[in-house]
Amino acid sequence: MPVTTTKPTSEAVAAGVPPRRRRRWKGATPYLLILPAVLLELLIHIVPMIVGIWMSFIQLTQFFIANWSQAPSAGLGNYKIAVDFSSPIGRALLHSFTVSCLYTLIVVGLAWLFGMSAAAVLQHGFRGRGGLRTLFLVPYALPIYAGVITWSFMFQRDNGLVNHVLVSNLHLLNDPPFWLIGNNAFVSMAVVALWRSWPFAFLMIMAGMQSIPDEVYQAAAVDGAGIWQQLRYITLGMLRPVNVVLVLMLFLWTFNDFNTPFVLFGPTPPQSADLISIHIYDNSFVNWNFGLGSAMSVLLLLFLLVVTGAYLLVTNRRSRRA
Amino acid sequence: MKARLISTVVTVIAVSATAACGGGGTSTSSSSSGSSKTLTYWASNQGTSLENDKVVLAPELAKFQQQTGVKVNLQVIGWPDLLNKILGATTSGQGPDVLNIGNTWAASLQATGAFMPFDSTALTAIGGQDKFVPTAFATGGALGKAPTSVPLYGLVYGLYYNKKMFADAGLKPPTTWQELQAAATKLTDPTKKQYGMVLEGGSYTESVHFAFIFGRQNGGQPFDSSGKATFTSDGMVNGVKQYVDLVGKDKVVNPSDVQYKNGPEAPGDFAKGKAAMLMSQNNADNTLQADGMKSTEYGVVPIPAPSPLPAAGKDVASFVAGINLSIFKNTKNQDAALKFVNFMTSPAEQAILDKPFTALPVIKGGTVNFTDNLAEANAFAQVLATKAEPLPLIPAESAFETNVGNAVNGLLAQAATGKDVSTSDIKAALQQAQDQMAAAG
Amino acid sequence: MHEPRSFRLFRVVVVVGLGLFTIVPLYVMVTSALKPLGDVQGDFRWWPSHPTFRPFIDMWSTVPLARYFVNSLVVSVTATAFSVLIAIFAAYAVSRYRFMGRRPFTGAVLATQMFPGILFLLPLFLIFVNIDKQLGFTFVYQTRVGLIVTYLTFSLPFSIWMLASYLDGIPRELDEAARVDGCRTLGTLFRVVLPAARPGVIAVAVYAFMTSWGEILFASQMTNDATKTLSIGLQNYSTQINVYWNQVMAASLVVSLPVVIAFLFLQKYLVAGLTSGSVK
Repeated sequence: MPVTTTKPTSEAVAAGVPPRRRRRWKGATPYLLILPAVLLELLIHIVPMIVGIWMSFIQLTQFFIANWSQAPSAGLGNYKIAVDFSSPIGRALLHSFTVSCLYTLIVVGLAWLFGMSAAAVLQHGFRGRGGLRTLFLVPYALPIYAGVITWSFMFQRDNGLVNHVLVSNLHLLNDPPFWLIGNNAFVSMAVVALWRSWPFAFLMIMAGMQSIPDEVYQAAAVDGAGIWQQLRYITLGMLRPVNVVLVLMLFLWTFNDFNTPFVLFGPTPPQSADLISIHIYDNSFVNWNFGLGSAMSVLLLLFLLVVTGAYLLVTNRRSRRA
Repeated sequence: MKARLISTVVTVIAVSATAACGGGGTSTSSSSSGSSKTLTYWASNQGTSLENDKVVLAPELAKFQQQTGVKVNLQVIGWPDLLNKILGATTSGQGPDVLNIGNTWAASLQATGAFMPFDSTALTAIGGQDKFVPTAFATGGALGKAPTSVPLYGLVYGLYYNKKMFADAGLKPPTTWQELQAAATKLTDPTKKQYGMVLEGGSYTESVHFAFIFGRQNGGQPFDSSGKATFTSDGMVNGVKQYVDLVGKDKVVNPSDVQYKNGPEAPGDFAKGKAAMLMSQNNADNTLQADGMKSTEYGVVPIPAPSPLPAAGKDVASFVAGINLSIFKNTKNQDAALKFVNFMTSPAEQAILDKPFTALPVIKGGTVNFTDNLAEANAFAQVLATKAEPLPLIPAESAFETNVGNAVNGLLAQAATGKDVSTSDIKAALQQAQDQMAAAG
Repeated sequence: MHEPRSFRLFRVVVVVGLGLFTIVPLYVMVTSALKPLGDVQGDFRWWPSHPTFRPFIDMWSTVPLARYFVNSLVVSVTATAFSVLIAIFAAYAVSRYRFMGRRPFTGAVLATQMFPGILFLLPLFLIFVNIDKQLGFTFVYQTRVGLIVTYLTFSLPFSIWMLASYLDGIPRELDEAARVDGCRTLGTLFRVVLPAARPGVIAVAVYAFMTSWGEILFASQMTNDATKTLSIGLQNYSTQINVYWNQVMAASLVVSLPVVIAFLFLQKYLVAGLTSGSVK
């Protein structure tokens, strides 16, 4: 959301922009409008989160899971274990964190790129456009479980389509490699996530493009702008608000992605594919140490808050200058 | 302004309510049934499908209702969900009256305190401790404490071998580990896509089971008597090496097997004749037959140990696997629940249910009836009675399974990609697993 | 509009590349759905050796697929309807009114997207149990209502933010014109602004629906046999004895068909652009 500020900032004043004089709304209308959302968020997100954060400060293991109030306090103990990067647990968490960062950058970057390209080329008429649009959205419509399972079939070393094409048909490789274990597991996971994510980016960008009126393009064409320039200056420019939200949300969802590695590899993925959400799941549900799992989750949350804050700051500054 | 005030009040109320009620170990929590004439029973998936399990159990539950007047509400829960659901029930106090558990969870679940211990009164109510096979009964909980579960279905590992492939090569079923290696090597021909052995190499549960079995054969123990993890002891390391060498050094396993993680893939390959041997729990019979193999086409012997046995080694051919029955402490129908447990572990019901669920009887004097192959039946019965030990009966058991299983999976993957797996590699991996046990609290 | 050669080439590359990327796995799904079980993980073939429709028949009995399908539909449609409605209200407020608490509201709403699900899964579960205890009857614990409330909240943050962006792109003159014509707040919203934001509303509705349709973690904890949804129900094709891959594929294709048809129908609404005549 473009945060066009209502307060006059020193920047704006310095740039010679007259301060906007918009008084704060004094009435109940906006509050009534947001009330249902607020109540629901409190019930479903905020209050459970507070309880979850409280869980991170106690020793909530299988001994106390049936009676939380009796669990002894751990103080910052759980956090200390999580960030002690010299111990195996802390090291594993750090490794999982780096894998997740890399994974998110690649998947979000490519998903956005694919979505943008597809939306751009399908924007203007040619026959079959509607069918293509629907086709591209099908991976998004399929149940996650089935889609990921299909890819795990395709990535099988001996019987999978990927190796069949690469080795037997295209002769690009001599020996069929493993895709589901070892370092290649990261690649397969990224491919599967990309397959599911890019249609979503495509959908949102496509919807966003609809709000750019044709006259703007026509005016630019009259001024001599070719299609590539139109794309670059008009489309990308006017899509900015949508793109800012889209990329941020994709980042958050991909970083927290649990389903893709879980369905592809089970609860214990190979080292190269140890995403942070599965890692935390292993340390809580599987190890029955919910206190530690919660502490790791809170750390993850703090990291995401910092990144998001920085991201919004940077994108705001740019929009103000523009 | 008013909205903010209201939300604050709501938050405060909600937080205090949750904190006060979190846990639910109080008497106000109830199981989802109401009257004393109904029981809620969560069964695990033992047969060909959840729906099929319901069809199998329905007449038995009707029988129970006829005998005692108690109606049983059945829910069959799949394995992906079962532990999480039990966890939810334990946390909230809302759950079934009686439930199936994987018997390796027994000690962990016992530690939560949410399950009813079978003290002497309860044991008498279900027919007495003596009616159970001792090795099976020992899985009910930690040593020295009253168990919180009793055995229901018994499962053990066996070595399945393809009779035709063995006969054609002039081989007899192996009685020592060295014979197994020799037979497997003779029957391995990668050019014909045939291997001596097939493994479920991506399943961390299978890996940890074999780490335990072969570790015990080599004299190792995952935990010492004080409960400290001893994964890096020589016995355990050698045991893991024995297993991983099948892929790496002996090369009798198709490297692609390390991708198998769901359970039925290895039996599937065995049924299609892609491998001559399979080490699996006895309920593989169902899978083999579903995949078209007849029970006359395969034989079963206990998984052999190296000969001579290494120092302190035991001739362990399996761990005592199986399904146990537990009763929720919060149940309002304890009498009915005990009657139900008694019913399910009675000789009549054991005989009826063991067949569709391919299980071994957990009561003394029961006959193995899930297979008409007499030799196979005897082999499994022998293993359960004399060659099986329970997995460590400690609260951190699932952490043990995940950490060690994961480590062994990593080693198998290493071997499958053609890299050598040395003893120091194994020791390092097990050391890491051991260090991660600290997280299990 | 004149399209240079480079753009046409680009279009071909994109359509073919992404088309293949999309179609090949679909092809594997379809052929797997037509194979007998033994063949599914057997040697690779481009076309099944014995195509059979059995999986499409067996899939209804191995798992109560019809029940899961109905549950998923009911939960997803209801959650979508309420979520979009509530999001529209909130997005309109955020976009059109500069009220005190606007920034904290949007910030908090965004922050909820960062909450890892596993962190608040158990606490939420406990809250539902306690609500039912206070009420005295089963209202949210293991019911579709509980799931609906949960899912509609999950899709709120993104919906609110997205809709606010779309609404920001609609000139305020539209609102003012409506007020001049005599509309009050809700009238302006529903009669004038929303129709102009239709693509955005549809995109957000699709997102809300798919969020509910595909959610796994909370569904596994918050449902029982009677209320289970498709997303986890499909996992029950993996049993002790066998994993019925062919039935999983068949079931996935069948249950996705209505969704895909809906997409086909809806995508033309996504194309309805901002009518340039509305301001005049």
